[in-house]
Amino acid sequence: MTDAVPDQIYFEDIDVGDSIPELEKSPTSQQLVQWAAGSGDFYQIHYDTSYAQDTGLEDIIVHGALKHAFLGELLWRFAGPEGQVKRVQCSYRGMDPAAQGRESAQEKKFTLRGTVTRKYTEGERNFVELSVEGVRADGSVSTPGTGTVVLPSRG
Amino acid sequence: MADQQFESVITDEMRAMIGVKGEETVSELTTTSVRMFARSVGYVDPAFYDEAVARDRGFRSLPAPPGYLGTPIYNPADSDPTFGGRRGSGGFRSPYPLVLNGGTDIEYTGEQICAGDTLTSATALASLNERWSGALGVPMLIQVSETTYTNQNGAVVAISRGTGISYPRPGD
Repeated sequence: MTDAVPDQIYFEDIDVGDSIPELEKSPTSQQLVQWAAGSGDFYQIHYDTSYAQDTGLEDIIVHGALKHAFLGELLWRFAGPEGQVKRVQCSYRGMDPAAQGRESAQEKKFTLRGTVTRKYTEGERNFVELSVEGVRADGSVSTPGTGTVVLPSRG
Repeated sequence: MADQQFESVITDEMRAMIGVKGEETVSELTTTSVRMFARSVGYVDPAFYDEAVARDRGFRSLPAPPGYLGTPIYNPADSDPTFGGRRGSGGFRSPYPLVLNGGTDIEYTGEQICAGDTLTSATALASLNERWSGALGVPMLIQVSETTYTNQNGAVVAISRGTGISYPRPGD
């Protein structure tokens, strides 16, 4: 279980090239149904196998916007309770299936990672830019992107 | 490898839609909708669930998790039954039948977005481009739409850019 609220990290503690703590997800069909309700997107390719297959997909797939939200959570946790998420951007380069039935959720593990690419100060705000990605269980990247957070200063 | 030659489907009428804002959509954030969104992503941070914790952290109420810009007010008279938004909003329709979500980019201005807020949004087509998909063997139309979200006090809180990729059924 991850900490509910990670310890605060400060602008001075970050360097370009640093990796940030990873976030691991294992999207299940239950999570996709919860997301449908939470986001309002009830497109059937995300919870109805027959419907998904009729459109040419192999099976139900994880919503693109849910993968974007996973990257948002990665950045929210990195920014900490005193930081802010300023921007979350990603491309959907491939489909990601969800675990169903007795299938192990671990088989559909989806890991969110980030690396610091730039840090700068504008006015009194400290910005950190990152390269982020959503990675499948086989190590391939389906969801590359970028993010920006505002971090507090120790000063 | 050189791009395959193909006939453009972008018309002058389509180009004329670039930058023209569509109808406004009104979206609400409530404590229940914020909790439901946060739960569906898998957040364990109590700030999204417990108003006292949220206030201690400096928020007016439960904060919106990144990616949540409210739920369009649903009315069966004019809402899309599958996607919830206003039917036909956005204005632009691709001539191609198949659509993929190409990407999402949300930039926040720094204004808090919390339960109790009402956001008004309007979407405009930002760009249209075409390229050949070697993988699918078909041309693809890439449209970027930009949506601006304004809160109940008139402050812009976020700008989102969505990329849609449409293409003909391979073999057609």
